[in-house]
Amino acid sequence: MAESERRTGWLGRLRQGLARTAAALGTGLGGVFVRRRLDRAALEELEEILIRADLGVATAAAVTERLAATRFDREVTEQEIRQALADEVAAVLGPVAVPLVIDTARRPHVVLVTGVNGTGKTTTIGKMASRFRREGRTVSIAAGDTFRAAAIEQLKVWAERSGAKFFSRAQGSDAAGLAFDALTKARADGDDVLLIDTAGRLQNKAGLMEELRKIVRVLRKVDATAPHTVLLVLDATTGQNVLNQVELFRDVCEVSGLIMTKLDGTAKGGVLVAVAAKFGLPIHAIGVGESIDDLQPFDATAFGKALVGQV
Amino acid sequence: MVRALKAFQGLEPIRWRVGPPVHDVRALAILAFAGTTTMFEALQERLTGVFDRLTKRGVLKESDVAEALREVRVALLEADVALPVVRDFVAQVQTKAVGADVLRSVTPGQMVIKVVHDHLVETLGRAAEPINLRAVPPVPLLVVGLQGSGKTTTAAKIAKRLQDKEHKKVLLASLDVYRPAAQQQLKVLGEQAGVATLPIVDGQMPVDISRRAIQAAKLQGADVVILDTAGRLHIDEAMMTEVVAVRDAVRPTEILLVADSLTGQDAVNVAKAFKERVGITGIALTRVDGDARGGAALSMRAVTGCPIKLMGSGEKLDALEDFHPSRVASRILGMGDVVSLVEKAAETIEKDEAEKLEQKLLSGQFDIEDLAKQFRQMRKMGGMQGLMAMLPGVGKVKKQMAEANLDDKLLARQEAIIYAMTKKERRNVNILNASRRRRIAAGAGVQIQDVNRLLKQYRQMSDMMRKVGKLTKGGKISPQALRSLIPPQGFPR
Repeated sequence: MAESERRTGWLGRLRQGLARTAAALGTGLGGVFVRRRLDRAALEELEEILIRADLGVATAAAVTERLAATRFDREVTEQEIRQALADEVAAVLGPVAVPLVIDTARRPHVVLVTGVNGTGKTTTIGKMASRFRREGRTVSIAAGDTFRAAAIEQLKVWAERSGAKFFSRAQGSDAAGLAFDALTKARADGDDVLLIDTAGRLQNKAGLMEELRKIVRVLRKVDATAPHTVLLVLDATTGQNVLNQVELFRDVCEVSGLIMTKLDGTAKGGVLVAVAAKFGLPIHAIGVGESIDDLQPFDATAFGKALVGQV
Repeated sequence: MVRALKAFQGLEPIRWRVGPPVHDVRALAILAFAGTTTMFEALQERLTGVFDRLTKRGVLKESDVAEALREVRVALLEADVALPVVRDFVAQVQTKAVGADVLRSVTPGQMVIKVVHDHLVETLGRAAEPINLRAVPPVPLLVVGLQGSGKTTTAAKIAKRLQDKEHKKVLLASLDVYRPAAQQQLKVLGEQAGVATLPIVDGQMPVDISRRAIQAAKLQGADVVILDTAGRLHIDEAMMTEVVAVRDAVRPTEILLVADSLTGQDAVNVAKAFKERVGITGIALTRVDGDARGGAALSMRAVTGCPIKLMGSGEKLDALEDFHPSRVASRILGMGDVVSLVEKAAETIEKDEAEKLEQKLLSGQFDIEDLAKQFRQMRKMGGMQGLMAMLPGVGKVKKQMAEANLDDKLLARQEAIIYAMTKKERRNVNILNASRRRRIAAGAGVQIQDVNRLLKQYRQMSDMMRKVGKLTKGGKISPQALRSLIPPQGFPR
């Protein structure tokens, strides 16, 4: 990827993305609200902007209704209405924008990373490991994706890049057993953080979800308080299915926080608004690229602005 | 079978109790009958309110159709069909639906739904189109897509299928020089599939690898070369330029866009960009075994005009299916993938067994051993969740089941109770006195109450079956008659 594009902030990239989307769709946001009355038709257009950002029909309607409650039938400028829309989104997301805090009393603080296939779990672990290392912490990584071909090798490269300790077993071996050993060792060494990768799994596969439950169960045999953080990694390109993912993963392994990846594309990840409203789970960070620094803290205000394409 | 299932589905709203579940009798009954059903039920449910009013009036006006189509619009958006595509779709359906045929038909509501479904199938493409291999061997296939869409797995699946089913000699090559261990991943998958992979040369760039792959394929006498590329964002200029360079170097007969069926509104942007920049010739949808409604399929088909050629339906390398427009259409509309359910049932349930069971159910001679058989078959079919994902009107039932705490563990426990009985007891539950019940409870590791509850459920179920059997013998069955079977406040505990 070109250096120049790398340097652009993620917000900038999001904006670029949205500009492209809008242009492609032929109904640029710019032309929609140049001083006009906020009537039913205008609200409908607003609602559609939100739907296109993956908020889902019901959430988009709810957000627009809130806007209508104070401004219906008033003359509004484009800038004003976008700001208001961004504010509404930020108001929902603000309370859940919580950074991931490592509890230094825990040695190690165990972070279990879960999610559907291909959402970016392994890459996210690599990025987190680098961040923690840079903060001067000792980090262990357990290659718990023992299913996918070469997942172990992939994570090993990340461990080497970041200078983290690395635990693995042969492909096809028991992930829970590996997690048990890794935690036992990390505990003995007094490491600060243990990051545990898991194989990607669709949330409707009962057998695979049961395996995840087993990992948690086994970890608790070593440390009754583990895992201290259970992350669910979500893909910004995913649509309304994210709601199912959050619900089922939460039920199975007590997800404590979310990370959304791939926000450097044209997808807006607006389903997070629905997720926040429904589940209230903390959103810790977002992924905006493949390099080590592309994991950023989640900022509700910036996210709201990017979502509605406010410049 | 069909009649009975429909009858059960007609019983809305079902009151499920929370707590120690008795309602699984109902669920079991539904599942027992889940052989076939008519489509359109879930959507019909949505539209019931709208059309109830309509039928009272007898005449369907254009504005009535418009109202119904607003519901269709919501259904499509909830299924993640992209907004611009939904808009076009609804406009086209409206044109068709206000045609005189629909308005004058006996059941206008159903006609509208049929028009929607048919138009959806039409848009998705009539039938699966095979992969184009019409070229001088080695025929190059290029696999492209976003990060994490499932390209590498799909490439290996296609290779395996071409080799096993069409007896082609295939060479797999990974052009992903960016993601750590990506080439290694394809190599391992190739080994699992028994397909040759191009030896990895560190430091070589994608265009050079692709040329080397073609050269190697020629030397080995391979029929097909499948080139797996790195995941890339459609707005990443440098990466898009790279894949175009690969395309120009090898001139593939087929450029497949691998896309996740869970994709949301962004599907149109992705598909459009790949179509315009790279010139994709087909789409492979992945993760159709998830529980998403898969509206992305429609979005991408509509904006690119490219056929959806394949669907990835599981983690195993043989989990690759031809695309079935009608099934996907039903799913998008929230009607459940009944055909797949039937197929799955056929795979796992011995046919004779099923027929015997049906006979027994309808004649009322349904003993507790049959109940155990059912538990077993349900587990074989992927447990409750697996089944639920395929049933029509799934959202509602699923929620009710969750509220009722009805999960697979419960099935296992009830199965255990039955297994703790002697054969004699299973044939005739009337001999179960207190001491026998105590023994069974201890054997199954449950409380006596659990045993009693199971027996009660079993009795209710067989009672109900007998009544249903009688009712359905005459042919038609009225919802009122069925409702009479259900105690007013739902089932007793």
